[in-house]
Amino acid sequence: MADLSIVFAGIKAPNPFWLASAPPTDKAYNVVRAFEAGWGGVVWKTLGEDPAAVNVSSRYSAHYGANREVLGINNIELITDRSLEINLREITQVKKDWPDRALIVSLMVPCVEASWKSILPLVEATGCDGIELNFGCPHGMPERGMGAAVGQVPEYVEQVTRWCKTYCSLPVIVKLTPNITDIRVAARAAYRGGADAVSLINTINSITSVDLERMVALPVVGTQSTHGGYCGSAVKPIALNMVAEIARDPQTNGLPICGIGGIGTWRDAAEFVALGCGAVQVCTAAMLHGFRIVEEMKDGLSRWMDSQGHANLQAFSGRAVGNTTDWKYLDINYQVIAKIDQAACIGCGRCHIACEDTSHQAIASLKQADGTHLYEVIDDECVGCNLCQITCPVAGCIEMVPIDNGKPFLNWTQDPRNPYREAV
Amino acid sequence: MIQTLTHLPHPREDGATLASHFTDLAPPLNARQAQLEASRCLYCYDAPCVNACPSEIDIPSFIRNIHTENVQGAAQKILSANILGGSCARVCPTEILCQQACVRNNAEECAPVLIGLLQRYAIDNAHFSEHPFQRAASTGKRIAVVGAGPAGLACAHRAALHGHDVVIFEAREKAGGLNEYGIAKYKLVDDFAQKELDFLLQIGGIEVRHGQRLGDNLTLSELHQQFDSVFLGLGLAASKQLGLPFEDAPGLLAATDYIRELRQADDLTQLPLADRCIVLGAGNTAIDMAVQMARLGARDVNLVYRRGLADMGATHHEQDIAKANQVRLLTWAQPDEVLLDDQGRVRGMRFARTRLENGRLLPTGETFELAADAIFKAIGQGFDNDALHDPLAQQLHRVGERIFVDEQLRTSIPGVYAGGDCVSLGQDLTVQAVQHGKRAAEAMHAQLMLTVEAA
Repeated sequence: MADLSIVFAGIKAPNPFWLASAPPTDKAYNVVRAFEAGWGGVVWKTLGEDPAAVNVSSRYSAHYGANREVLGINNIELITDRSLEINLREITQVKKDWPDRALIVSLMVPCVEASWKSILPLVEATGCDGIELNFGCPHGMPERGMGAAVGQVPEYVEQVTRWCKTYCSLPVIVKLTPNITDIRVAARAAYRGGADAVSLINTINSITSVDLERMVALPVVGTQSTHGGYCGSAVKPIALNMVAEIARDPQTNGLPICGIGGIGTWRDAAEFVALGCGAVQVCTAAMLHGFRIVEEMKDGLSRWMDSQGHANLQAFSGRAVGNTTDWKYLDINYQVIAKIDQAACIGCGRCHIACEDTSHQAIASLKQADGTHLYEVIDDECVGCNLCQITCPVAGCIEMVPIDNGKPFLNWTQDPRNPYREAV
Repeated sequence: MIQTLTHLPHPREDGATLASHFTDLAPPLNARQAQLEASRCLYCYDAPCVNACPSEIDIPSFIRNIHTENVQGAAQKILSANILGGSCARVCPTEILCQQACVRNNAEECAPVLIGLLQRYAIDNAHFSEHPFQRAASTGKRIAVVGAGPAGLACAHRAALHGHDVVIFEAREKAGGLNEYGIAKYKLVDDFAQKELDFLLQIGGIEVRHGQRLGDNLTLSELHQQFDSVFLGLGLAASKQLGLPFEDAPGLLAATDYIRELRQADDLTQLPLADRCIVLGAGNTAIDMAVQMARLGARDVNLVYRRGLADMGATHHEQDIAKANQVRLLTWAQPDEVLLDDQGRVRGMRFARTRLENGRLLPTGETFELAADAIFKAIGQGFDNDALHDPLAQQLHRVGERIFVDEQLRTSIPGVYAGGDCVSLGQDLTVQAVQHGKRAAEAMHAQLMLTVEAA
């Protein structure tokens, strides 16, 4: 079996599956259960200065799929609402009892040097393996000059990171907020400040839905609501892109990345690793199914790694980064055409109407003698957009087949049709 | 009481127990089940299920409405195509119509979307505060509809919708036709046919006159003179005969007669029970008869058909219902002789075994006897010829015994339309009858408005 153990930013863990700083890592009881279930590490729910934060009720709301499967959760919970002293005591004990697991402590204190200087030695004294700076919390804390209020200002990110490196000897992971326009700016700031790694993404500003009877967004607190932080499988595509943006940024070359955002299966995790992550953090999937999911994640990942001949995570970490580029470098002469496997087609007509109404009128609907329809691709009209394949309910029924058009590789920077093409 | 069965005993079980045997065969979906089932619909384009529905209900649309918590919208979508969508949802052989066509029925998939149950869910849970369709301004035109079965009711509703005044002439005490008198009790429970009728009549402009039988106290000639258009939804009122001696003996009767009695019975304990019985036939009526007798407590129910299972008119689903109710399906045997006891009552039947030879059904020469307290004929319905004996009615062009109609449901007599089981077009199904009635009303309306414009 493949070796799942990792050393991430100097932190050892038996596997790359860590629980993110969130309700599942709020206290010793949960964390011990997680370790018993087999998680490789946890990021303890964010500590702050006393007095502890106070939470409201209710706190979560969800965005659902067609069959009430949860696509994403939105939360308005704050950092730990327990005292610093209790948290530090529990962290110390848990680390002592579970020495082989990664235990990272998430921190968020006001953006003044004295605050960091005073809390960091207390945290280091617990014996934890590293700290994660919560610069991402999008609700509640920014009003107090913390969380996303820091993460959105590169100078603050750099400054606080530097303080942490100054007053603490532990590896420093900077957790980035996605609520900005270019994630690389914050990553570069952390890098300049001396960060040992970045982790991303934190939650995305969101309102999941509105109660149309009460005319109030969810989750409801009394008669009001507020925006929260969005997480779960729905945010995975956004997280993957941000991870890839940092992974292929020359300015942060070599900066370890811990992937967070919608990871619920081994495949999700493998995708983050392929785009450059050295570890991943999970929250929503555990909140929906319990800690036991790590079993299938570990088993699935190691079996897939075996099938691919990857002895360890390093063997494929970042392997998809080189193939992720800017649009202008894509081969403009590459061409695929949809091909429908008539034996697999169930005749729903979704490919036809999608293409007919909203795309390139490249799928003909041919009425048969028995009243059913045959759907046929009109090769000359197909631009290879993938829409038919996407809307088809049968996996594998529509294949996008590369066409040998005899044309050489040509990207937009070289294309004669581009008035700004680069001179050869 | 059915005279020919007065010598038989009554069911052994008490009223409540018996009633429990006649509750919904297919219980309705609850809200959660409807949501789950609706989510399975792929919202096909040019959907095969719609093409398979004789009444052209936009199935993907109504299911999407259910799934997006718009149950009234779903119901209105169904009713706009099929005003008897509630009973069709219950009695349609969906296994050979929409659900057979469902792409989820493909071998690569799992099972068809339960379209019939979803349709029932929408209709049952719409709770309209007022009738969802509004009549057009009165046209002053009068339309006669003969027969208050599904075809006639659908025609009346659509004609009334267009602003015409409709009079329905119905022979029986209640309207509803086979939905009221002919469908197995466990398929349409809780007096649904009458509730649906009340809903349908809320449109206004429809008068129902009972005790009006064509060929008895009513003639086509009169109707043709008194009304601007006439629709004949006569059904097939006569049960076919075996053509054997003693066909009128006590204990031998048409299955439809017994089912009608059962449907109207307030107290099932007072029905005659044929503990050993024979049902002759192979259609859904034969199955309905056999299963209902089994549910009344009969211990030896034999359904006998002269051909094989594959030739039966009853669908596989129906055959499974029969088997699940311990009905024995005997094939390749045809009635040979009605056997009587010394009092002249049915005691059984002798059958001749049959086989196919060059496509022809022949007796093998072998016979066998089955003991029975009663024999029910369900070998098909025929035309009641008394209905069409007036001079004008005799001019109706017929195909076989049925009334010829074109695609517009027009008979050979201008201004006279017909639909449902009595015509030559389509299958003998409730949903087909509804479509006939609806399309006939549209055709009448187009014709009548043409004459208005010309005038």
